[in-house]
Amino acid sequence: MARTVPASTRIGFTALAWLIALLLFSPILWVLLTAFKTEAEAIAASPTFLPQQFTLENFAAVQDRSDYFKHAFNSIVVSVGSTLLGLAIGIPAAWAMAFAPTRRTKDVLMWMLSTKMMPAVGVLIPIYLIFRDLRLLDTLQGLTLIMTLINLPIIIWMLYTYFKEIPVDILEAARMDGAELWNEIVHVLVPMAVPGIASTLLLNVILAWNEAFWTITLTSGRAGTLTAFISSFSSPQGLFLAKLSAASLLAIAPILLMGWFSQKQLVRGLTFGAVK
Amino acid sequence: MGSISLQHVKKSFGEVQIIPDISLDIKDGEFVVFVGPSGCGKSTLLRLIAGLEDTTSGQILLDGEDMTKAPPARRGLAMVFQSYALYPHMSVRDNIAFPLKMAKAPKEVIDQKVEYAARTLNLSSYLDRRPRALSGGQRQRVAIGRAIVREPKAFLFDEPLSNLDAALRVNMRLEITELHQQLKTTMIYVTHDQVEAMTMADRIVVLNAGNVEQFGSPLDLYKKPANRFVAGFIGSPKMNFIDGSEAAKHNAHSIGVRPEHFTLATSATSDAWKGKVGVAEQLGSDTFLHVHVEGLGLMTIRTDGDQTFSHGDDVYLTPDPTRIYRFDAAGLAI
Repeated sequence: MARTVPASTRIGFTALAWLIALLLFSPILWVLLTAFKTEAEAIAASPTFLPQQFTLENFAAVQDRSDYFKHAFNSIVVSVGSTLLGLAIGIPAAWAMAFAPTRRTKDVLMWMLSTKMMPAVGVLIPIYLIFRDLRLLDTLQGLTLIMTLINLPIIIWMLYTYFKEIPVDILEAARMDGAELWNEIVHVLVPMAVPGIASTLLLNVILAWNEAFWTITLTSGRAGTLTAFISSFSSPQGLFLAKLSAASLLAIAPILLMGWFSQKQLVRGLTFGAVK
Repeated sequence: MGSISLQHVKKSFGEVQIIPDISLDIKDGEFVVFVGPSGCGKSTLLRLIAGLEDTTSGQILLDGEDMTKAPPARRGLAMVFQSYALYPHMSVRDNIAFPLKMAKAPKEVIDQKVEYAARTLNLSSYLDRRPRALSGGQRQRVAIGRAIVREPKAFLFDEPLSNLDAALRVNMRLEITELHQQLKTTMIYVTHDQVEAMTMADRIVVLNAGNVEQFGSPLDLYKKPANRFVAGFIGSPKMNFIDGSEAAKHNAHSIGVRPEHFTLATSATSDAWKGKVGVAEQLGSDTFLHVHVEGLGLMTIRTDGDQTFSHGDDVYLTPDPTRIYRFDAAGLAI
């Protein structure tokens, strides 16, 4: 017999889910509304919910003072570049761990993950000095490199999990059919793992897009991404909430839209393998 | 050409020894079946020949050439897997063409060979389908097609029929045997099913715990089993074994009588073993009787299907004296 849930329980859980969703969404909603208010309204002592005087002047002011499109371009280069570089390293690495494991494979995987548990600021000085000496400070190459390195453990872990789901028989069949390693990976493994690779790609673009710590510390004018763009509005003009909101909205809009359109793929990817 | 020679091949996984020491010579064009209970090392042995596992020591020669360290792609063998292992993202045509593409064959040659294989295997109308749109039997044919187009030195089959239903299995068994007669290429076929082994093989390798118990033609194995293990494994239903004083009468530690080598009577005769019918399995053509024999235990008897018996009937069994198998204390045939 199918399990029945009383209507009251169902309504209760639905309400709770909506409440949590709204709570999570409220800061973004606040930014969205504030971006269209005047500065005076944004800092008014008795705050308004909807903009009383709808205005676009904040966006004009933001673009006037700083170059949104340059920062957006940098964001795209760094997030897409670091993800592609990460996949190029991560796919062969995950293949080796999933299909040619050694006794140390599990340890290596755990060690890689452990680097994500370390506070980034702990390696700030050495990384900064290395970047300075290699003249990588404030360059897109340098930023792409560091973004690849910090996200590589996640890329390898995700790919490893997907690859484990692929029957090794099929790869062995390819070997018997005369495929050398490169052909086995390119013609058999990758096409079969497309859903997993796609969600790894999406998640990493998002992570790299949102990354702020390294972006802000390692760049200034030239290679700054949108996170640096926002922060440039927060410090010197801390009180200009409407402009800060407009800048934030501009920075998060592209990735928000991308996330929205690819949410099906993301959810599928993130729960892949959880229920076989 | 496709002769395969194993010389003192050993395989261990860590501390666990799977294959202690095997030497075998398989002739070009032979159909050899590796048979044995699960866990006996038959699939491992096949994977060693394929190159999918590395030997711990020993040598594997293909056509006299040492291939022990060669990767699978270079050995020129084709394999059909139990799970079919088709490429799910490719059409049937691309699946069959894959080995040829890997060998960088020209497009016309690929098309021609794929068409030929598809015709041979009755797959012509499915060439543009994906594997998931095929039945189990069709998938198995695609897997065989993929193996044929390579024109390999030898085919390796790893329990290829165990995922099919009984009727289809009999059909595919015939198809594979016919394919062998047509191609005359060496085939090594792994199965746990002794009926498949008996019906398909030129020669059978009976494996047990990683050791070759006997290597010979199906009828050799049936008529002259080297030991108690082979005697019990080959033949269906299984041979009946008797220990103790009854065996001692034949100067043996134990004796074996096949179910088909009894004379059955319903009234007492001298020297006959008296028993009661437990279960009578009526197959139509034959009837298998499971008889509780006084002092000797449960025995299986094969009689023709016209005789009817029911639970509790008294029967008298006389084993054919010329077909009693005798074994010593170590289980070896005397």
